[in-house]
Amino acid sequence: MIAVYIIIGIVVIILIIFVMTYNGLVRRRNQVKNAWAQIDVQLKRRYDLIPNLMETVKGYMKHERETLEAVTKARNLAQQVASAGAGARAKAEGELSSALSRLLAVVENYPDLKANQNFLALQEELTSTENKISFSRQYYNDSVLRYNNQTQMFPSNMIASMTGFKASEFFEVTVATEREAPKVSFT
Amino acid sequence: MMWEQIRSNQMRSVILVIGMGALLVLLGYFLGLYFFDSAIGGLVIALAVWVIMSLFAYFQGDSLLLSMSRARKISRDDHPRLYNVVEEMKIASGLEKMPDIYIIDDPALNAFATGRDPSRASVAITSGLLQKLNRDELQGVIGHEISHIKNRDVLLMAMCSVLLGTIVILAWYGSRFLIFGSMTGSRRSSSSGGGGQAQIIILVVALVFMILAPIMAYLIYFAISRKREYLADASAALYTRYPEGLASALEKLGASTGQLKSANQATAPMYIVNPFRKKGLKASDLSSTHPPISERIRILRAMAGNSFSDYNQAYRQIHQGGKGIMPATAEIAVGVVPLAATKPEAKVEEPDEMQRARENSDLMWRLNNYKTITCDCGTRLRVPPGFKEPKITCPHCGREHSV
Repeated sequence: MIAVYIIIGIVVIILIIFVMTYNGLVRRRNQVKNAWAQIDVQLKRRYDLIPNLMETVKGYMKHERETLEAVTKARNLAQQVASAGAGARAKAEGELSSALSRLLAVVENYPDLKANQNFLALQEELTSTENKISFSRQYYNDSVLRYNNQTQMFPSNMIASMTGFKASEFFEVTVATEREAPKVSFT
Repeated sequence: MMWEQIRSNQMRSVILVIGMGALLVLLGYFLGLYFFDSAIGGLVIALAVWVIMSLFAYFQGDSLLLSMSRARKISRDDHPRLYNVVEEMKIASGLEKMPDIYIIDDPALNAFATGRDPSRASVAITSGLLQKLNRDELQGVIGHEISHIKNRDVLLMAMCSVLLGTIVILAWYGSRFLIFGSMTGSRRSSSSGGGGQAQIIILVVALVFMILAPIMAYLIYFAISRKREYLADASAALYTRYPEGLASALEKLGASTGQLKSANQATAPMYIVNPFRKKGLKASDLSSTHPPISERIRILRAMAGNSFSDYNQAYRQIHQGGKGIMPATAEIAVGVVPLAATKPEAKVEEPDEMQRARENSDLMWRLNNYKTITCDCGTRLRVPPGFKEPKITCPHCGREHSV
């Protein structure tokens, strides 16, 4: 009789562990999805800011047609490939980032523009949006790391493979200028 | 990785909180035994005081704290840079809801976070600090505050301070009654002479508890608080991927001596630096809610990367081979994904301290419902809310402005 109770007890404990691990996996996976959506939100925000920015700087930057056109072109291209694959998209977004930073670099030559309140506000928004894009990617990668750890580490990997949880892919920066040397520490 | 860190850190904190709870129970027990001849009476009083204070702290704590520090809520348009930095840190930490932002009009340098759970959270910053910090430093400070929210330190510290408060109050009243009672000699009628021996033992134990319990509670409280500060620093470094930002902000904070007028002992652990700190605090100081600023800066600057394991290593380095502040789980070796928030190659121009000061004073006038009109001659006119006239003349050049 006691043996039966012990067996029932063990089965119940295993079930509880199973359910908790499964729910943990679902939570992590949702976190990854959510983080991915957050990147989109910030990228869209950047598309919306650019026409405003162009409108403001146009009057001041008469001699920077090429720089301005490069930004507009990069923006339109990025918006077009928004629904395409991740690789093409990352490339287009990277080009938009570098076109924008080129534009902000030449602003130095236009003291009138630098004193314009409207422009200053836009510049703050743009800087912050760039930061938010980076931070949302960073959070996405952090979430993927947590999720992947759980799908690959014992014992949760058993439940993950049984119920079809697959490891997610990290967001990788494809533009050479944006890439940083990887730092891996083994302590 | 991160979550496990927080959880195991929380475990330790929970053990310390249980220790404080045990102190409260013991204090109530002996007080009851001494004053009412029954342990139950003391326990009931202790628990009742504790429950009432806890409920109050849970439901009213954050609004009380904010109104006590005379913080003003601001919107996005009031201070876009601050709002953006908070939103950046909200994204980096994966917080679901944007916390409310408050400004305290005080030249002292400090900031705090409050709110019982991450969906009802606020961060507050003094106008002095807002003026002193550049964007990277502000990001570090806000990252620290957001991680207090994310790690649920706010609730933990609120519950701890309630426990501490209850113990202190009980011990204080207990000792007053004891002194008063023994002076008049009519403490209570002893049931029999035979109980004299036990009576004295209980008296001594109760006395010892009344003296020791608050001290012990303070030490535990400080220990929990310091641990959470280290964790918040490590999280801020992780979120910003830039420990130097917080380090240089802390340097500015440490250099200032102004004390925050509206802070008090109970709210102290909520702030980024101890609002009552004295200069030259030793590294081994047990009686402080915060680790010494110089030590926090040295740890942040010694970090080789941005992950918790880097923080841990730096902590050990500073403490000469002591055990780290983070639990040594296998997972911290995994580190972080090396995708830093890319700093723009061309450093975008930032408002300097002078401009930030002007920005701040504009904001404070606006929050007090003053209207600011900038005259063409450069004079700034502050129009009070009660101003009735349709036009105002610039006292400097005589131009007329419509209000």
